[in-house]
Amino acid sequence: MAKRLGTDTLLLPTRPVILGRGAVGGKLEGEGPLGKQLDAVFLEADMGEESWEKAEVRLQQAAIRRALDSAGCPAEEVELLFGGDLLNQCSATSFALRELGIPLAGLYSACATFALGVAMAALSVDGGGFRRVMAAASSHFCSAEKQFRFPLEYGAMMTPTAQRTATAAGALLLQSAGEPLPPERAAAAHSVCVEKVLFGRVNDLGVADANSMGAAMAPAAADTILRFLKDTNMQPTDLDCILTGDLGEIGSQLLLELAKCEGGVDLAPVHRDGGRLLYDTAQQDVGVGGSGIGCSAAVLCADVLPKLERGEWQRVLYVGTGALLSVITPLQGESIPAIAHGVLFSVAP
Amino acid sequence: MKTTNEQYKTMVEQNSPPSPHWKHWLCSFAVGGGICAFGEGLRLLFTWLKFTEEEVRILVPVTLILLTAITTAIGVFDRLAKFAGAGTGVPITGFANAVVSPAMEHRSEGFILGVGANLFRLAGPVLVYGSAICTAYGLIYYFFLR
Repeated sequence: MAKRLGTDTLLLPTRPVILGRGAVGGKLEGEGPLGKQLDAVFLEADMGEESWEKAEVRLQQAAIRRALDSAGCPAEEVELLFGGDLLNQCSATSFALRELGIPLAGLYSACATFALGVAMAALSVDGGGFRRVMAAASSHFCSAEKQFRFPLEYGAMMTPTAQRTATAAGALLLQSAGEPLPPERAAAAHSVCVEKVLFGRVNDLGVADANSMGAAMAPAAADTILRFLKDTNMQPTDLDCILTGDLGEIGSQLLLELAKCEGGVDLAPVHRDGGRLLYDTAQQDVGVGGSGIGCSAAVLCADVLPKLERGEWQRVLYVGTGALLSVITPLQGESIPAIAHGVLFSVAP
Repeated sequence: MKTTNEQYKTMVEQNSPPSPHWKHWLCSFAVGGGICAFGEGLRLLFTWLKFTEEEVRILVPVTLILLTAITTAIGVFDRLAKFAGAGTGVPITGFANAVVSPAMEHRSEGFILGVGANLFRLAGPVLVYGSAICTAYGLIYYFFLR
C-alpha cells in the first residue's frame, strides 16, 4: 500500500519492478542520436497502412509487443494496461488494444500520458490487486499534424518556438517485486523499480501560443519537481537525472529559471529533456526539439532505463509534461493549462 | 507559484528567439517575385502560341494552379513554402495548395465526408470574406461609380 510523503509524493513500499520495455520510432527518430537504441524503426511514415491513424495504431502495438517480448511474457498474462495517445478519444490506444486482448484503462494527460500510465501501473501493482500491469503511449507526427495543425502537404512555416511531434511509442511492463524474474531479465546487471510517484497539478501562467508548448509546460514541470524535492527532502544532486518529457530548448531554459526563482534550486547539473535527446536539434529539422507523448516514452525506454539497468545511474526522476489544450480552446482565446506527472525510478536493492 | 503571469511573459520573451524577419522578407520577395515572373513568362508563351488575350488570362492562373497541385501531390511544394513563406502563400499557388493539401489528407475518410467536407477547410475563410468584399465592392460600384 502506497505511503504519502509530504503533500503530493507517494512512496511505493513494494517497489514494482520493470519486467519489460519497448521503444519504437519513425525514420527521423531513427536518424537521431538514439536511433540505434530503439527496438524498431519504421522507415515509412504510413507504415504500410491506409491512414496516419492506422499507422499510429501499428506503432503503439509494436512498442507493446517489444515490451512483452523483452520480458518473455505473453499478452494473456498482462492483467491491465494503462495507455493513451493524442488522437481524438484516445483512438490509437483503443484500436491497438483491439487485437491484444489485454484489459485496458485509457488515459489522457496529453504528452504526460506515459508518466501518468507508469504511475498508475506502479500503484496498481503496489496495491496488490495485480501481478503484471503495462503502460503504453504513442504519438505520430502525421496524425498529430492532421488533428492539431495543418494537412501535411500544406505549405506553412515553422515558428521559431515550434517543436516537432515525435513519431514514437513506448511501453513498459511492471511486475510485483515478489514474483520471480524470467531468465532473460534475471541476467540483466540490475533490475529497475518504481520507487515513488507523484501526480501533478494543473498549472497555467498565461501562455496562449500553441506554437510555444515548451513555455506553456515549463511551469508545470517546475511545480512537480519542486514538490517532489520538498516532499522527499532531496536535492537535485541526489538524483542522477531529472528527465522532463518534451520541453525542448526554450522550455528547458525556462524550467531552470523557474526552479531557481521559485525554489532556489539549480537543476542544471541533472536536468535532461526528452525533446532535446531524441533529435539532434542542430542538424535535424525539428524546431527547438521534439514533443508528443512518444517522445519522452521512447527516450525513457530506449536510453534512460537501460542506463539504470547497466548500473550507470541509480536514481532518475521522470517528469512527463503535457499541454492540456484542445483544437478549440486556443481559438476561443484560452491560455494553455499544463500538467506534469513524476515517477522516480531506481535500481532495485 | 510566486511567478506572476506578467513576470513569466517577460521570461518567455527573453528566452524565445525572435522570428528572422529580414530573412523571411527576402525569401518571400525572391520566391514570390520568381513565381510572378514565371507567370509573366507563361503569358508571353501563350501569347506567342497565338491564344487570344482573354484565353491567356485564364490559361496563366490555370497553369500555375496545375503546377501547384502537382508539386503539392509529390511533396515538393511544402518544402519550398517552408522556405518561402508568403512568397508561395500570397500568389494563386498558395490558394491551390490550401485546397489540394486537405483533399489529400482527408482522402482516408472517403470522398464525400472526407475530401468533400474538408476541401475548403483552409481556403474557406478566403472564399467567404473574398466573396463578401467583392459583393460590397459590387454594390458600391453599381450605385456610385458606374
